[in-house]
Order: sequence, then structure tokens, then C-alpha cells
Amino acid sequence: MDNAATSWPKPPGVIEAMAAFLERAGGNPGRSGHRLSVAAARVVYEAREAVAELFNVPDPLRVIFTHNATHALNLAIRGLLKRGDRVVATSVEHNSVMRPLRALEKKGVEVAVAPCGRDASLNPAAMKKAVTPGTKLVVVNHASNVTGTLLPVAEVATIAHEAGALILVDAAQTAGCVPLDAQKAGVDLLAFTGHKALLGPNGTGGLVIGADVDVGEIEPLVAGGTGSSSESEEQPEALPDKFEAGTVNAVGLAGLHAGIRFVTERGVEAIRARGVALTRRLTEGLADIRGVKLYGPMDPERRTAAASITVEGLHVSDVGLRLDDGFNILARVGLHCAPAAHRTMGTFPEGTVRLAPGVFTTAPDVEKAVAAMKEIASA
Amino acid sequence: MSGYGVVLFYTTSAAMRAEKVTKKAGLDVKLVPTPRQLSSDCGIALRFNREEGDDVRSVLAKARVAHDGLHKI
Repeated sequence: MDNAATSWPKPPGVIEAMAAFLERAGGNPGRSGHRLSVAAARVVYEAREAVAELFNVPDPLRVIFTHNATHALNLAIRGLLKRGDRVVATSVEHNSVMRPLRALEKKGVEVAVAPCGRDASLNPAAMKKAVTPGTKLVVVNHASNVTGTLLPVAEVATIAHEAGALILVDAAQTAGCVPLDAQKAGVDLLAFTGHKALLGPNGTGGLVIGADVDVGEIEPLVAGGTGSSSESEEQPEALPDKFEAGTVNAVGLAGLHAGIRFVTERGVEAIRARGVALTRRLTEGLADIRGVKLYGPMDPERRTAAASITVEGLHVSDVGLRLDDGFNILARVGLHCAPAAHRTMGTFPEGTVRLAPGVFTTAPDVEKAVAAMKEIASA
Repeated sequence: MSGYGVVLFYTTSAAMRAEKVTKKAGLDVKLVPTPRQLSSDCGIALRFNREEGDDVRSVLAKARVAHDGLHKI
């Protein structure tokens, strides 16, 4: 029940694809012209194309692979913002956004925060007020990693564009389990991770750069070898190489591609519908337990498959331990790397217990979790 | 016109995309190490039959794959 932290188990195809890569395609992608190098480059390219199709962006070369969503968010934030620029985030962002923003604030970037409600929802009017003309970037979670609350990405994109700003969406919690058409929603920059609902391994993720974004404006985080323009000691401008110095995690991307294939074969819409049904059982079950407080919106259509709770009279760490020891249920407790979100919800510094079903979680698993919580709360 | 030509690219990813779209269009292409006489680069190039050169050019333009030109080898 900790799928919001990372998905487990992985589909067998993911493990097979990674093993096959190591057995058969073990060249360095794009560094040599021999067949193993080309085979490795092809594996990476296929993963790039799968990501582009998933988010409905036309050019796979604008999919930049990174180690994780944090790396992708840092690339967008640190690459784009300079001294004197203004950026707006929400009050439920993860530290992967807030820490780079606070670091840049010390270097002369103006950081504003649009307040969210206690259920972590964002009223577009609050965002509109915060995004003043001259704002360069707006950063928004597609869903809170604490409550699962979905934020109105398309509306925020319109607000950002009206002020001449770009929008960066953190889709760490939603890529693979909530549909997102980046083109249709007007998303300029989209950061995703591979190891959550896309069912790939750790060490995979990326930044998808929209067709209208001028990449000349984004500085790379890392410079180095790309296998291209080797005659030059300058970092090339061509994508994706500008932002992919050093050997990419090709074995991981082989796994990510298999994970995405699993997701698209089931269909993100179908995965979402199933997630909503499970979340409804989970949230309704938890909300009925005396002494349990549930955070986030009650309507499962307005959240991902994640539920954050506290139990009256018990520390969240004790609840987590009892779930683990007594019921073999693994949950994440505490602040979930998102102190801002917990301040917004009124659960700082204690935090919450987060239960997050995944694609392989069943209705009986959810019933079992609800029954366990009932027992823990009444003890 | 007979023999081969190659398309040069700025990135390996572009070469991959070019291979995919040209093969899909039924063109006879193959990824090869970039001929040394054409580039000091360590990358790969897309080899094509020269009689299909115009088709290669138009397929790449249509798919918006940036490249560093078609060259005789």
C-alpha cells in the first residue's frame, strides 16, 4: 500500500526487458556505430517514443531522460530561472520543487506561493492572483503526493500563458495512472518519474519539453559527452543531447519502456477507472472509522489512489508500525518530503499515514487495509 | 544515379527517429557508423539508396527530423 512512493511489484515484462538488454544490447547508446551500440540506442529511442505517445507530444526528441522526477524538476527550474526572475508554485508542492526554489530564492529569484485549501485543492482564482505579469514560470503538481488531490493543470496553464509565463507540471504521482494530454492541457514542461505508476525501475524519469518552449533559454544542469558534435568542447544545442550528457540509464529505460507498454495495453483510462473504484472503497471505509481523520477531497474523482489519515491518540509512526507488524500492510508515514503540503493541511509536523493502492492492488486488499485500520483505531 | 548516400544527424536520437520514419515509409535504409571522410563525429548515419534520396529527404522533412544533410559516399 505504498505505491505512491514506488510501485511494487513490477510487471514481469519489465524484469525481462532489463535482463534482455543486459544479455543482448549491452553497447553504449549512441557512442559507437557498431551493432551493440546501435541496439542500445534503439532501446533508448523506443522508450523516448513511448513517453511521447503517452503524453501525446509530437516530437520524441523533446523527451529528455533524467534519473528521476526530482532531476527533471531541477533541470527545468534551475535551467530556466535566473536572478530577477519570478516563479509561482502552490502550497502543496513536494520538496523536489520547493528545495530548488528556496535555493534560487537566495540567489535573487522571486518565489511566490499560491495558497491551496486544507484538502490540498487549488482554486484557480488563487493562482490567478499569484501569477502577476512578468512571472516567468508557474510550477504545479498534477496531484499532491500527500493527499492525492488533483490540481487543475489545464486552467493553471491558461493562467500562466495569459501572464506570459511557462507552466511546469510535476506529474510524479499521476504519470501512468491519470490521463494527461500535455498538448491539450497546454503543458510546456512536464516532469515524470518512471518508477511509480509507469511501473519502471528506479533511476528513470524525464522532462518533456513542449513544442513552443525555446530550449535556448534552458541551461543544462550537466555538461559532458553526448556521442554527438565530438569535435566541439561546447555542449551541443540539439535535443535531447543538450540535456543528456553522460551515458543514459539504458537498462533502466528498457524496463521503463516495458512498464509503459504494460500501462498503455491496459489503458491509462482503464487504470484510472479502477483506481477511482478502489479509492472510493478505501476512503469511504476509512472515513467511517471512529477516531480516523481522512484528508483530501472525499470524491475519488478528484484524487489519485492515495489516502492520507491520522488516528486520534496515536502517533503516525505507531500506526505505520502496527500496520506493518500486525497486518503486513506497508504504508508511508510522516511528512512525505512535502512539509508545505502538510502545513496547508494542518498536519505539520506530525504528518499522516498514507495508504496508496497500485495497479496490482485488489478490492480485498483494500478491505483488509480498512479492517486493519479499524482494529488499530479501536485498540 | 546508383550507389549509396548517407544522412548525417546532430544526435543519435534523431538518427533513430529517421530510421523509424523512413523504414515505415518503405525505404531501404540502414544505420551505419558515420563515414570518417564526412565527419569527425563518433555517431551513426542513415545509409540510403541514392535513387531514393528525394524520398528520404521528403519523409524526414514531413516528420520534422532535423539533419545535417544528405551526402554521397
